[in-house]
Amino acid sequence: MKPFAYVRAGTVEEATDAFAAHPGARYLGGGTNLVDLMKLGVEAPAALVDVNRLPLGGVEELPDGSLRIGAMVHNSDLAAHPLVRDRYPALSQAVLAGASGQLRNAATTGGNLLQRTRCPYFQDLSKPCNKREPGTGCGALQGVHRDHAVLGYSDQCIATNPSDMAVALAALDASVELYGTEGARSVPAAGFHRLPGDHPERDTEIRPGELITGVVLPAGSAGPASAYRKARDRASYAFALASVAVVLHLADGVVDRVGIAFGALAHRPWRARRAEEALLGAAPTTAAFEHAVDLELAAAEPLQDNAYKVPLARRLALDVLGRLAPPAVT
Amino acid sequence: MDSDRASAGSRSPETHHSETTLRVNGKPHTLVVDHRRVLLDLLREDLGLTGAKKGCDHGQCGACTVLVDGRRVNSCLLFAVALDGSDVTTVEGLAGDGEELHPVQRAFLERDTFQCGYCTPGQICSAVGALAEAAAGHPSHVTDAAAPSGEPVPLDRDEIRERLSGNLCRCGAYPRIADAVEDVIP
Repeated sequence: MKPFAYVRAGTVEEATDAFAAHPGARYLGGGTNLVDLMKLGVEAPAALVDVNRLPLGGVEELPDGSLRIGAMVHNSDLAAHPLVRDRYPALSQAVLAGASGQLRNAATTGGNLLQRTRCPYFQDLSKPCNKREPGTGCGALQGVHRDHAVLGYSDQCIATNPSDMAVALAALDASVELYGTEGARSVPAAGFHRLPGDHPERDTEIRPGELITGVVLPAGSAGPASAYRKARDRASYAFALASVAVVLHLADGVVDRVGIAFGALAHRPWRARRAEEALLGAAPTTAAFEHAVDLELAAAEPLQDNAYKVPLARRLALDVLGRLAPPAVT
Repeated sequence: MDSDRASAGSRSPETHHSETTLRVNGKPHTLVVDHRRVLLDLLREDLGLTGAKKGCDHGQCGACTVLVDGRRVNSCLLFAVALDGSDVTTVEGLAGDGEELHPVQRAFLERDTFQCGYCTPGQICSAVGALAEAAAGHPSHVTDAAAPSGEPVPLDRDEIRERLSGNLCRCGAYPRIADAVEDVIP
């Protein structure tokens, strides 16, 4: 590992100023991904700006009924928070479906959104990877790609986003709050991560030096009718092969609010807009769910070794939609 | 940038070492650490506390698990400089005053949870952390979604297995590890 300078920031402004003053800096949150990538040589920052002591560790209810999660709230505390569990069960379930107890105690809300892909070619300096080193090619395209994308990939990159949390945030219509030298702004969580296109080195819409300060969960998505389900190679402590987060509200016997996002199928959480459009105003029947999910997954273009993901994602989505529908009928 | 305000822990931005104070098993230690020093290596190499083990060194096996400010973490993924002022408890420091062993340690002995024993200190620290989390009302992946928020979570076998999934045992001593943890559930 290359030596690096270390700066401990006490305020958001101190952090962004320190980042600007240190070329090649990275923000250090829980470090569960960054420290690992530094050990692997994938990341070699000249300086770390430690944001762990910023006053962003709280969960607060805003006047409009939305819930603001500070960027430094640890994953374990986010999943356990009574307001999160009661109002946004999909988020609590998604966080608890990821990593281990130890990692969730260290990992932060902001850091979870910025974790990098676990594509083995990205993590191996001896292999080509357009995400790690643009222009070197994609080792996974003709290589081992069982875990890779079936939607929205490019010939440059077929990596998937590994976060469970981000999938729930996308379905819940959350927004990501950012602060940089140009001031504060907010980005929808469903649009925070990018598709790879010709720039797979850019995972998100974040600008250089910008810091995630928090995540806001809207009042409109609150309620018991949301859930997350994940399929993986072992029962615990593994990344998703496919996952789904669903928010479903019914009124007068028809769907009046629905958010569906798939995980592990693409370079970003895949918000299933086509399926949602098909369901809005429809009666929550098995046939309607099947029609909507099939409409969405028709866009999938599996690679040689990951076609299993499409029926797997389909079954997960139908299971969660079916489970959410009956008790919500009023 | 106001370096006095923003660079606590290092005197100049180019410095690659910083003075760091950690309280380890109740005893304060002040060291000048290379910023690259992770807590696991500091414990083992600088303080001679070899209870925490280096398995994968990538946060995948849990052998390095210790408690920082009472919470279980992977010590291989934490830069020591960032922990300045923290309270660290390793397997060597789990037993309370006047106690030879912590109840979880005793249960591991009584249930003979070891084969090679390499994962054991991490398993024990992880179990101590997991018991505290459940008592504090933290749910797990297998907790019933309808369970009331904020209340202690009762631990059954499935809960124990899920909550300890971050600790791998290559010998496969899991059944007895789960037995031992079941023995100490309050």
